[in-house]
Amino acid sequence: MIDKGKLLQFVNCNILRHHNIIREDVWVRDGKIVNPEKIFFDEKIAADQKIDCGGLLLAPGFIDLQINGGFGVDFSNEVENAEAGLRKVAKGLLAHGVTSFCPTIVTSPPQVYDKVLRKIRKQDGSCDGAAVLGIHVEGPFINKEKKGAHPENCILPLEKGYETLVNVYGTLENVAIVTLAPELHNAGEVIAKLTSKGIAVSLGHSVANLHEGEVAVKHGASFITHLFNAMLPFHHRDPGLVGLLASDLIPTGKTIYFGIIADGIHTHPAALRIAHRTHPKGLVLVTDAISAMGLEEGTHRVGQLAVEIREGRAFVAGTNTLCGSIATMDQCIRTFQEATACSIVNAIEAATLHPALTLGISSTKGTLDYGADADFVLLRDGLEVMSTWIAGECVFKDSSAATK
Amino acid sequence: MRLVILESSEEVAEWAAKYVLKRINDFKPGPDRFFVLGLPTGGTPLGMYKKLIEYHKKGILSFKYVKTFNMDEYVGLPRDHPESYHYYMWNNLFKHIDIDPKNVHILDGNAKDLEKECEQFEKNILESGGVELFVGGKTLMNFIYFFKDMFKGQVVKLRLITHVIVQIFSLALYFGRSGMRISRTKTEYMSKSEEESAAIELEGEILTSIRKFKYLGSIVEREGGLDEEIQHRITCGWMNWRKLSGVLCDRKVSCEIKGKLYKTVVRPALLYSSETWPITKAQERKMEVAEMRMLRQMNGVTRKDRLTTVLKCVQP
Repeated sequence: MIDKGKLLQFVNCNILRHHNIIREDVWVRDGKIVNPEKIFFDEKIAADQKIDCGGLLLAPGFIDLQINGGFGVDFSNEVENAEAGLRKVAKGLLAHGVTSFCPTIVTSPPQVYDKVLRKIRKQDGSCDGAAVLGIHVEGPFINKEKKGAHPENCILPLEKGYETLVNVYGTLENVAIVTLAPELHNAGEVIAKLTSKGIAVSLGHSVANLHEGEVAVKHGASFITHLFNAMLPFHHRDPGLVGLLASDLIPTGKTIYFGIIADGIHTHPAALRIAHRTHPKGLVLVTDAISAMGLEEGTHRVGQLAVEIREGRAFVAGTNTLCGSIATMDQCIRTFQEATACSIVNAIEAATLHPALTLGISSTKGTLDYGADADFVLLRDGLEVMSTWIAGECVFKDSSAATK
Repeated sequence: MRLVILESSEEVAEWAAKYVLKRINDFKPGPDRFFVLGLPTGGTPLGMYKKLIEYHKKGILSFKYVKTFNMDEYVGLPRDHPESYHYYMWNNLFKHIDIDPKNVHILDGNAKDLEKECEQFEKNILESGGVELFVGGKTLMNFIYFFKDMFKGQVVKLRLITHVIVQIFSLALYFGRSGMRISRTKTEYMSKSEEESAAIELEGEILTSIRKFKYLGSIVEREGGLDEEIQHRITCGWMNWRKLSGVLCDRKVSCEIKGKLYKTVVRPALLYSSETWPITKAQERKMEVAEMRMLRQMNGVTRKDRLTTVLKCVQP
């Protein structure tokens, strides 16, 4: 734990600030990034400790908005030991540069929601693990035709609209994102209600056409769950939800963000490029990682289903349906950057700034602006994580690194 | 006083930085002996600051025992505004070196009582023992007067540069860009300063200091006097008179003609650009004497004849 009021100066680093990589020092105090000019002229003090970053790239900590579990833990399945499971994942993610995430619960029976949504709380990051920004509830109000790996028997309609939703979930206190299919009856009012409560609504697992998508956006939906997956494919006469990337009916000043799994498997690199070129500012990298992330080949559990890992991919056991990725966030960033040949800045912002903007927390997360939380990563060439820092404290260091 | 002219602004920046480096290191500043530095802002010193940062990073220059006082700051501009001098100094110098923030002084443009802020600033300078070395940019000229007022003649070691030096320097640069050069042997200067300044050097050659020179037909004197000019005018008058003396002194030519000739040819030479002269009575008298002589000679009259009053009828 760092002493309160201690002023740290991170020197010899290249930082990502205001969409550029510049040579600049980062000053941290009490877990926040502070403005050194103010300190120099107002307080007239020098740094208590200088930390040499060895010329590495200092980027904001990565934010994962969709992750079902990892390291053997499945959030939708680990009901009794939800807190322990959460801690395990939060700790394991630090090695991959993730400093904040949204544990995702897939379509599950009501009992699961009742317990898990109470046990998984929003919490700050620390040396024990990444910050929990809130739960991403993916389902059960989705379309059976696009269930993907979700169990069909748990999928529900919005019979009484918002009332049904609250009944099923129990509490919305710890929820940050809700994924639903906008073509469902009563979806519109539910979206509006959730948005008014500050919960981000995401469209996914749906057969909605572009018009239905646009109506949902008008009601307040702002995110698309894993673009291209579990939705109608792009058609030139009815672009479907994919068409939202270029829709002219999006209200002015509003940006539609879309999650995309850049593991090289769920999305073809060409599709990745199309999405990036169409709407680069809205692209958000998500892992949609399952419990098998970080584990060896074999069979594991995801939600209510059994999953098989073979050849570095995860399938629903016994079929060829992909059911989630096992790529880590830093791998996704590298894959994305290679496939689109975009700038390092764009690649990193897709995993930091854009997810923060989706949740409306960009003043504290996802940037290195003054006043933001001091959550960042030190990367070397090739965007490999050398160390992870939360609130100015080193929470992970790559042990295979050469002398620092 | 020394004027050093170099080929490019990069060379000037390096020269200036090396000079500052030398002065600070020779001074051997310590915890009881601070080196007080006066600093400018603007485009001119940027190169010098970059060099100073370089020297600091190399380990040959430390600002640990250096105090700085900046020349000025804008009033009413927020301190973190990109155009403010606080912002400028922080980003272009202070954040890259090891200076103690307590030793940095820049006027607060947002102080509630600006007079008091300036007074306190002055006090700080005096308490720190005065400025050991002041670095100024191209607009230093204006600030020389500013500082003289500010310090009301108290002991401040500032090097005074006159208008002429700055002009020569700027001109050399200006013409140099089009390939023209200033001649060292032919360039002369006249300084209007209250104290005797040392000779001005232009790349090793000492320039001639003169007391008067001719500009557009008039003579300009160092102290702004008229004697030389009046003498010159009288000489010109006589020259013109001599050209006409054949007619003017002829007994057979009428007074009228002589008068008209005089008024047309000689008078203008005598009075050329006299409209602006701050003439004294003595000088006026001198001119009258000259005119009288000319008129007497024209009419074959001597002073003994005492006909001055009559001759004055020539005047309109």
